[in-house]
Amino acid sequence: MSEPVPHLSPNQRAWRRFKRNRPALLSAWYLLVLMLAVALWPLLLHLAGGKLAALHDPDQISDLQFSPPDAGHWFGTDFHGRDLFSRVLYGAQISLFVGLVGTGVSLVIGVLWGAVAGYVGGRLDGILMRIVDILYSLPSIIFVIVLMTTFGELLKEMQFVQQSPAMAGALRVVLLFVGLGSISWLTMARIVRGQVLSLRTRSFVEASRVLGARSRWILARHIIPNTSGIIITYLALTMPEIILYESFLSYLGLGVQAPMASWGTLISEGVGQINSIRIYWWLIMFPAGGLVTTLLALNFLGDGLRDAFDVKAK
Amino acid sequence: MYFVRRILFAIPLLLVISALAFVLVHLAPGGPFDGERKPASPEIERNLKAKYHLDEPIWKQYFRYLGDLAHGDFGVSLKYRNHNVNDIIRQGLPVSVLLGGLAFCFAMAVGLPAGFLTAAWRGSWVDYVGSFLAVLAVCLPSFVVAPVLLLFFCLKLHWFPIGLWTTPWHMILPPVALGLYFSGKVTRILREGMLNAAQSEFVTAARAKGMGETALLFKHAFRLALLPVVSYAGPMLADLLTGSFIIESIFQIPGIGVFLVNSSLNRDYTLVVGLSLLYAILIIGLNLIVDFAYKLLDPRVKYE
Repeated sequence: MSEPVPHLSPNQRAWRRFKRNRPALLSAWYLLVLMLAVALWPLLLHLAGGKLAALHDPDQISDLQFSPPDAGHWFGTDFHGRDLFSRVLYGAQISLFVGLVGTGVSLVIGVLWGAVAGYVGGRLDGILMRIVDILYSLPSIIFVIVLMTTFGELLKEMQFVQQSPAMAGALRVVLLFVGLGSISWLTMARIVRGQVLSLRTRSFVEASRVLGARSRWILARHIIPNTSGIIITYLALTMPEIILYESFLSYLGLGVQAPMASWGTLISEGVGQINSIRIYWWLIMFPAGGLVTTLLALNFLGDGLRDAFDVKAK
Repeated sequence: MYFVRRILFAIPLLLVISALAFVLVHLAPGGPFDGERKPASPEIERNLKAKYHLDEPIWKQYFRYLGDLAHGDFGVSLKYRNHNVNDIIRQGLPVSVLLGGLAFCFAMAVGLPAGFLTAAWRGSWVDYVGSFLAVLAVCLPSFVVAPVLLLFFCLKLHWFPIGLWTTPWHMILPPVALGLYFSGKVTRILREGMLNAAQSEFVTAARAKGMGETALLFKHAFRLALLPVVSYAGPMLADLLTGSFIIESIFQIPGIGVFLVNSSLNRDYTLVVGLSLLYAILIIGLNLIVDFAYKLLDPRVKYE
C-alpha cells in the first residue's frame, strides 16, 4: 500500500480536478496575462515617455490614417491615425472592468434573492421565483435599450454632468454596471435557490438550528459557504455574458461614449469604415480578436470549474 | 387547463410591459418632434402635441393608447408620421421572421449533427475539434461574425452581394451570421444531453438486452437528448428575433429590427411601446408553444 491519502474536503477535491484540466488552466493564465498587460501598459507608456508614449498614445491624432500593422503600430492605425494596439488595450480596461463589476452586481442580487427564496420557502419563495420566471420571459435586451437611452439622456440633462465630461463618462459606466447586472442575476438566483433548498434539510444545518443558531447565522456560516463552488462557476459563466452585452450595447452606441472606448465601440468604428474600395481588416480583426479570445478563455474556465465542482444546472 | 391559465396570465403581464415601456420612454427628456426643422414656432409645436394628445397627462395618454390597442390599432408613428405602427410591423416583421427562421434552420442543421457526432465519438479527435468549434461559435457575437463574413466573402472574394434582401443569393450570409452562435449552443446542449442519457439505467438495460450501439444512440440517447434542445428552442427563437437588428443594420436588410433602436433614440413613443409589446407577445407565445411541444414529446412531464 502507498502512503495514506489525506482527507480532502469536497472543495479541495474540486480544485485538484480543476488543476488537471489543461484548457481551463491555460485560459486562467491567459486571462491573468491579459489583465496584467491591460493594467501595466499605461504605466509602461507613462514611465517610458518620449517617443514610445507619443507613438502609442491612444488619443493622439496623427496624419498616419489607416496605416496597416507594421513595426511601429503593431495593430495599425484608425481613421484618426490613432494607434490601434493601445486603443485595444485601453478598450479592454473598460470591457473587463464592466464585466467584473457587472458580474459582482449580478452576484449580489442573485445570491441574496436565491438564498432568501430557498431558505424562507413557502409563499415568499413562490412570489420571488415567479418574479424570476416573469423576468425570464421578457425581452430583456429591449428593456436595456430603452433604459439606457432614457437614463443616459437624463444624465446628460443634469447640471454637474454638463460641467464635467469625465463625470459624465464615469456615470455612464456606472449605469452600464447597474443595467447589465440587473438583467444577469436570474440564472444565479435559480441555481442558488436550488442549492439552498437541498442544503437546508441537511443534518448539520438542523444541528446548528437545534443549538439555537439564528437564520442569519445559518445562512452566512453554513449555507452560503457551501454554495461557493457553484457560485464561482456561474460567476465565470456570467462574466462572458456581461462582456458580450456591454460590447453589444457599446456597438449600438448605447454603452460607453467617446472619448472612452471599449471593444464594442472599437468594432463598431471598424464596421463604420467598411467600404467596397479599401479593406481595413485590422480595424475589426484586432478588437474582435481581443473580445473573442477573452470570451473563449472565460468559457473554458467556466466549463472547467463546472466539471470540477460537478454542478448540474437545473 | 394549465395552458389556459398561462394564456390568461399573459394578459396582465402584457399590460405591465406596456405600462413600463410607456412610462420609461416618456421619462426620457426631449420629445419626438425635437428633430424637426428648427426653430419650430411654439404654435406649431403646440399644435403637433395637441394633435397627438401629447399635451394630456400621461395616464390619460396611456388609457387612450390601450383603448386603441383594444381595436388592434398600435397608433401612428410619431417620427414617420405618414405611417402607422401597424404598417411598419406589417412591412418589416415578415422579413425579420424569415431571417430568424432561416438562421434557426441553419443552427439546427449544423448543431444537431455536430452534437450527435461529438457525443457518439466521445474522446476522439472528432469530439475535441467539434467541441472546440462549438465553444468558439458561442464566443462569436453576431456583430463580429457579420463584418468578417462581409469583408471576406463579399468584398474580398465577391461571392455574395454586399447587402439588401431581394434574391435567395442575398439570404445566405445573414442567416449564417445570425445563426452561428446558436449552432454552437445547440451542439453543446445536444452533446451533454446525449452523454447524460448514455449513463442512464434504461440505456444500460437496453444494452444488456443486446441492442446495438448505433441503435442505442439513435433510439434512446438522441431522442432523450432532443428534449433539452426543444426547451432551449423557445429562448433561442426569441433571441433570434430580438438579436436580428445588428445583422439587419450591417447587411441593410429592411426588417423591423432597425426601428427598435432608432425608435428609442427618436422618442417615437408609439413605436417603442408597440414594438416592445410585439416582441413580448412573440416571446410569450413562442415559450408557450415550446412548452406545449415539450409536453407532447415527453409524456412524463406534468405541468402542475
